[in-house]
Amino acid sequence: MVSRTTDDYTAMALAGCAAVCEPAFWAGFDRSGPQGFYDYFCQLTDYEPKRAAKFGLPHYSWLCINPKESEDMKLAEEVISIIPEFLARPNVLGIGEIGLNKNTRNELKVLEWHIDLAARHGQMILVHTPHLEDKLKGTRFILDVLKADKRIDPARVIIDHVEEHTVGMVLDTGMWAGMTLYPESKCTSARAIDILENYGEERIWMNSACDWGISVPLAVPRTALEMRKRGWTPERIEAVIYGNPLRFMSQNPRFKL
Amino acid sequence: MTRNELLDLYFMDARAKLIDIAAFLDRLDRGTGDADFRLPAFLKAMEELAGNEPERARNVLLSLSDPTTEPIAKAPGKGAVGAWMNDEARLSTLS
Repeated sequence: MVSRTTDDYTAMALAGCAAVCEPAFWAGFDRSGPQGFYDYFCQLTDYEPKRAAKFGLPHYSWLCINPKESEDMKLAEEVISIIPEFLARPNVLGIGEIGLNKNTRNELKVLEWHIDLAARHGQMILVHTPHLEDKLKGTRFILDVLKADKRIDPARVIIDHVEEHTVGMVLDTGMWAGMTLYPESKCTSARAIDILENYGEERIWMNSACDWGISVPLAVPRTALEMRKRGWTPERIEAVIYGNPLRFMSQNPRFKL
Repeated sequence: MTRNELLDLYFMDARAKLIDIAAFLDRLDRGTGDADFRLPAFLKAMEELAGNEPERARNVLLSLSDPTTEPIAKAPGKGAVGAWMNDEARLSTLS
């Protein structure tokens, strides 16, 4: 939410959102060095929780160097080295959103470093999968790397931005799947409900993209409305849009509502 | 839900999107110059709509995806364009 206005916090609170979960993300431009990330991690773990609290919203975050900046391995190594000092902060849920962007060798190596960091510190993992034509290949790589590290408990990993061609392979690993609702790419409300109806509701959650691009912070509540139109009962809707994220994130005892 | 209930809910939206695609293709026809790899990829993906199995969305996504299995040496940029450019198409774009 660092790139959103307080109007969005107001709207989310009015719509019944119970908490904000914000992963470290690409800023829309490359940061010039590790100090930029240090400041960003301070923002995610100190200032932004205070800003969200003014609207009655508990704020949680995930830390990493985003895959879009992982091509520079020296920068990635330096940024990863400063993450541990933030892991004890009370709103940090784990390492994320790590993953791949263009499926390069360097990105894969940095993904392995992040997974090792999470394993050494007993952290949960939130994974970004690549965009558009790169998603299928990247999701396969990500799942292979995660499965290869036997220290990782699949139940404590969520693979985000799944679509129809990747959701099945994610769920087959025992990991959670996230559907990011976006007006122009990734997943629409109607398709997200289709995926739930086709692949089950046990280990899938939905999230609203709230970044610096065109995105709709109330995408999840809007999808809940569409679920009602599709004949879903209030209890079933609640279980997916509230119960599932609660179940996943409550694996970290810091997460409390 | 019944098929007619789904039609009640989604037909007008799908109709509008269908006409948008038709108008998009007409617009491309009126355009000048050669189209790059995205147009043939789009037209090929559209063939998936004629299938009879309820996996059209998945198959369209697969059709537009990079099917290779090796990591690339270096990122060509940060963004994705929505269709995969195979070696033949890449050479055609460069020539």
